[in-house]
Amino acid sequence: MSDTPTDASKRTWLIASSCAGVVGAGFAAVPFVSSFAPSERAKAAGAPVEVDISNLKPDEKLTVEWRGKPVWILKRTQDQLAALPKLDEQLADPQSKRKPDELTPVYARNEHRSIKEDVLVVVGICTHLGCSPSDRFQAGPQPSLPDDWKGGFLCPCHGSTFDLAGRVFKNKPAPDNLEVPPHMYLSDTRLVIGEDKKA
Amino acid sequence: MAEFKEISPNASATEKLTNWFENRFPTAFFEYKKHMSEYYAPKNFNFWYFFGSLAMLVLVIQIVTGIFLVMHYKPDAAKAFESVEYIMRDVPWGWLVRYMHSTGASAFFIVVYLHMYRGLIYGSFRKPRELVWIFGCAIFLVLMAEAFMGYLLPWGQMSYWGAQVIINLFSAIPFVGPDLSILIRGDYVVGDATLNRFFSFHVIAVPLVLLGLVVAHLLALHDVGSNNPDGVEIKGPKAPKDAAGHPLDGIPFHPYYTIHDIFGVGVFLMVFTAIIFFAPEFGGYFLEYNNFIPADPLKTPAHIAPVWYFTPYYSMLRAITTQMMYALSLILVVAVAWTILKVRMPGFIKAALAGVTFVVLWTFGAFGITGIDLLQGIDPKFWGVVVMGGAVIILFFLPWLDHSPVKSIRYRPSWHKWVYAVFVVVFVVLAYLGTQPPSPTGQLVSQVGTLFYFGFFLLMPWWSRLGEFKPVPDRITFAAH
Repeated sequence: MSDTPTDASKRTWLIASSCAGVVGAGFAAVPFVSSFAPSERAKAAGAPVEVDISNLKPDEKLTVEWRGKPVWILKRTQDQLAALPKLDEQLADPQSKRKPDELTPVYARNEHRSIKEDVLVVVGICTHLGCSPSDRFQAGPQPSLPDDWKGGFLCPCHGSTFDLAGRVFKNKPAPDNLEVPPHMYLSDTRLVIGEDKKA
Repeated sequence: MAEFKEISPNASATEKLTNWFENRFPTAFFEYKKHMSEYYAPKNFNFWYFFGSLAMLVLVIQIVTGIFLVMHYKPDAAKAFESVEYIMRDVPWGWLVRYMHSTGASAFFIVVYLHMYRGLIYGSFRKPRELVWIFGCAIFLVLMAEAFMGYLLPWGQMSYWGAQVIINLFSAIPFVGPDLSILIRGDYVVGDATLNRFFSFHVIAVPLVLLGLVVAHLLALHDVGSNNPDGVEIKGPKAPKDAAGHPLDGIPFHPYYTIHDIFGVGVFLMVFTAIIFFAPEFGGYFLEYNNFIPADPLKTPAHIAPVWYFTPYYSMLRAITTQMMYALSLILVVAVAWTILKVRMPGFIKAALAGVTFVVLWTFGAFGITGIDLLQGIDPKFWGVVVMGGAVIILFFLPWLDHSPVKSIRYRPSWHKWVYAVFVVVFVVLAYLGTQPPSPTGQLVSQVGTLFYFGFFLLMPWWSRLGEFKPVPDRITFAAH
């Protein structure tokens, strides 16, 4: 340390200009950080997708891409639908009460989580870390699944399981049910994903 | 300015040239002496001391091969996969450069893990080398980021879904998480924007940080001097020195350790090239088979796992389930109850401690066992991320966790060796489980492993003091050969 006495006025200006410099650097950082955000083009992408489901048979699944994500359209059999209420005990959120605005539109807040009883429309992205679960429609014991399995989906990444209404089982890494995207029927067999009749 | 040195007109041309440079750029001569010809390193370095210089070698390999890969690679979601195939099939010797780079990534982690283990057993992180260790941990952390971003570039299925999972980890952070993960991806899903920015980070930003940290690591090391397998200071005030003040137990780094390390480089390159030529995929561990399939955003491969060097942490992430949070809550309650009952402190601090514990238990979801929604606390997914990150961050604190009176494992109680051995086994088991599909047994084992991993570090202030320590010699043990 030097013995020269501190010049209070110089010190004040030094601190003031340093603060001004930091503020300036903060402002200069804004455009750079903002450039990380999705571009206008990325925001504009994501138009609704129209699907024809006339050829979809029971126990069959169709995958379409919407906003870069897989959307599943699954036609369930009567047996599969009948099994749904029996699973309530084993599910984390059987009534789809959690985050309803994000995950389950009003028209899907029912036991089968769909507009038409048999046709399930969900985003095929696990609510845990975003893997796409695999189909395990076959009931009965099989690897990574419980012996009383009634059919559903298994996420290969961390073993979360979902029933045929996209509802998550208890004690699994995934916190929530699969997302039901906004969707509506233009006719009996023509489905639009990404848009609904809210307005 | 240093004094200008005149040289005799009869001196040789080489001497004159050297003198010419020394008068104009004395720093180079000074630094060469400080870091090479007059950097005294302990004489008793053993096998474990090869890995620092090998890490430098691999860094150079990665930079050089990386520069050549960038000449042919296209960071575009539509072309990336194809351009890697192009490098492998059509670019002359492109396959070799690419295999050197991909094998180099795994080799980097092998060498760094062994280098860190060396530091752990010989107490190289202890005073006064705390900053050397911290810079080293920072290098490890940055290296993980570098490897992760590099892995996206081939745009295969594993690249895509691995990035998807890891970026989604950030969305588990309460409040800011979802927006943060969008900011990282630059899109609502992993896509072209993500690939482009990862390319930029992998090729420019992160390597610059890495190089800066390597320089800091080495400068700090050369300021405090190298540790050695005996954990004895060779440059301390009591250590014997020659007339010039150089430690008797040390030898100049150059030429002695440069020659020594070149031998290590020779052996390393034999193994390295053998892998490149005969097993570049290394049974799916160095290059995962699913990554030979182009990225498909609509389909996750049946089994996804990170590359082997991330799997211990990945196992810990998977170990955090609701039940595990109950177990952790129980451990917390026991630890706090013990502290309150056994440790003397004012009553209000005890009350505050109990209060904080209560809040922490709520965030852990410990009261969620009642089934009431309001008491669910924070999602275990978030705690999984915390544990995964904490497993790396905890390494930074090692200098303050180890309270053993001696540095080196050589003079610690014999049972300490067993603790370290179990730690290594646990780490390897966690790594193995992380490569496997989820299973109930695997989950239970990884939960026990996670508890041991954290117990090893967090209880270290206690256990590292226990037992009968052996007398530490005044000088290093070294037999001339």
